[in-house]
Amino acid sequence: MLEERRQNSTVVAARLEGLTKRYPNGTLAIDRLDLTVAKGEFVSLLGPSGCGKSTALYVLAGLANATAGRVELAGGCQQAVGGGSIGFVFQEPSLMPWATVAENVALPLTLRGSALDSALEVVRCLTMVGLEAFADAYPRELSGGMKMRVSIARALITRPQLLLLDEPFGALDEITRARLHDDLLRIWSETGCTIVMVTHNTTESVYLSNRVVVMAARPGRIIGSVDVREPYPRTKAFRLCSGFSDHVRQVSALLDNAFSE
Amino acid sequence: MTIPVRQNDAIGHAAIDIVAREPVSLLCMLDRVVPLIAGAVFLVAWEIFVRWRGIPLYVLPAPSVIFLSLWTNAGGLLRALGNTALVTLSAFSLATISGIALGIVIALFRTVEKIVWPYAVALQVTPIIAIAPLVIIWVGLSRVWLALLILSWLVAFFPMLSATVVGIKSGDRGLQNVFTLYGATRWQRLLRLQLPAALPFILSGARVSSGLSVIGAVVAEFVAGSGTSTGLAWTIVQSSTMLDVPRMFAALFLLAGFGVVLWHAMSRLSSILLGHWHESELKDDA
Repeated sequence: MLEERRQNSTVVAARLEGLTKRYPNGTLAIDRLDLTVAKGEFVSLLGPSGCGKSTALYVLAGLANATAGRVELAGGCQQAVGGGSIGFVFQEPSLMPWATVAENVALPLTLRGSALDSALEVVRCLTMVGLEAFADAYPRELSGGMKMRVSIARALITRPQLLLLDEPFGALDEITRARLHDDLLRIWSETGCTIVMVTHNTTESVYLSNRVVVMAARPGRIIGSVDVREPYPRTKAFRLCSGFSDHVRQVSALLDNAFSE
Repeated sequence: MTIPVRQNDAIGHAAIDIVAREPVSLLCMLDRVVPLIAGAVFLVAWEIFVRWRGIPLYVLPAPSVIFLSLWTNAGGLLRALGNTALVTLSAFSLATISGIALGIVIALFRTVEKIVWPYAVALQVTPIIAIAPLVIIWVGLSRVWLALLILSWLVAFFPMLSATVVGIKSGDRGLQNVFTLYGATRWQRLLRLQLPAALPFILSGARVSSGLSVIGAVVAEFVAGSGTSTGLAWTIVQSSTMLDVPRMFAALFLLAGFGVVLWHAMSRLSSILLGHWHESELKDDA
């Protein structure tokens, strides 16, 4: 698996070039940001709040416009919005409370008008997040972690090549978060998709990703990146080994710079 | 509504907790019986008080006299109730349809909102009783029923309009983004996101509006008279000129009863439509 990913590392999944975002009130949210994500990579964007990491993700998804710079996505998904080649998991589960779990997960297909073959796909995605028994439940009947799983299943239903996550686990308790980490890694290896995740949690970023990109605020920019050259599958044992803590230390040092600047 | 019991699955996700519900049925019965008992006690006390102090009929009739009046005047009173109900329900339906329709247009087109909103507010804050004479002159005394309908509609319209506008605008921002990401059309966004999100607001607006439409119909009839078909409000005016206080009370009881029935119908509708998902209806589950 790892070898395969190394071979793919020359193929670009997404690239941001000189991305600049200035808000109407004049605040410079992101200043000339360059980021290249290889196909099959798991990249975390880590930084203090206000460093523009979420904004970068929104621009990548086509949900926000850049003031300057270029966004390039791998073949066939020039138009991000409406294409379905990008899956996006938002900070909140953002589910329709009036619809069942199955209807929520099927939403991207329903909007596209291809609801015919959606039933099987819904089962596939719900199984992937371990919620196959809850297809007919309503969101209010689910716990916070389960809602987030539904949100992830919805992002998976279009079989995206690029999965973007915006601080998806921020609101969850430690135990639920750890469980979802392992599920996310399993989904990543099963689907072979590329993942870009925004987070403000150092250990989370090291545990999950191939590469941690650290950003600083005012203006938002990249101040360094750490390659986590540790093999997958990563398990609980990985959290205890020295390689893990070394990387956490490196990333923390970078993050300290981000705060001190 | 009961939630089916689900077992913990292999990965150990938390199962939905089921609240124990054995003592609920008894409590529920008490909940319903207690208000009825209180009402009966109140009526008996009223009866005793009136008889004991020998209060004259034209000041405060005893409940027994009121019910007797209700019985002897049943035909006329029920016809009046029918007329009032017809005006109220027609006005309420019109207000619902027009309020939701204009609310959607206002919420979707900012320009329309800017143009229409100030006048809608102006209409809302002008007392209906002050507009009534003008409306009656316009439609003519030969069509008083139309004046009643218009006035009742005017009162009931604004809560529906404002509830729809607020409801449509209150859609979850994250969900808006989800719809954008998957290329939803404006139509899909309206039908699948904005209207369902607005439904709780609209239903609560409808509850307010249903009550107001009764008030509108009564006020209009007080001012306009009733033309050929007498409603409950005109019955009250007539009875008061004849000092037939028991009949006034009988008409009042019917009016209040009708309002309560309308209110409960709206609450029931709301719990049917929202019961399975909206927080406001969850307590009714027990």
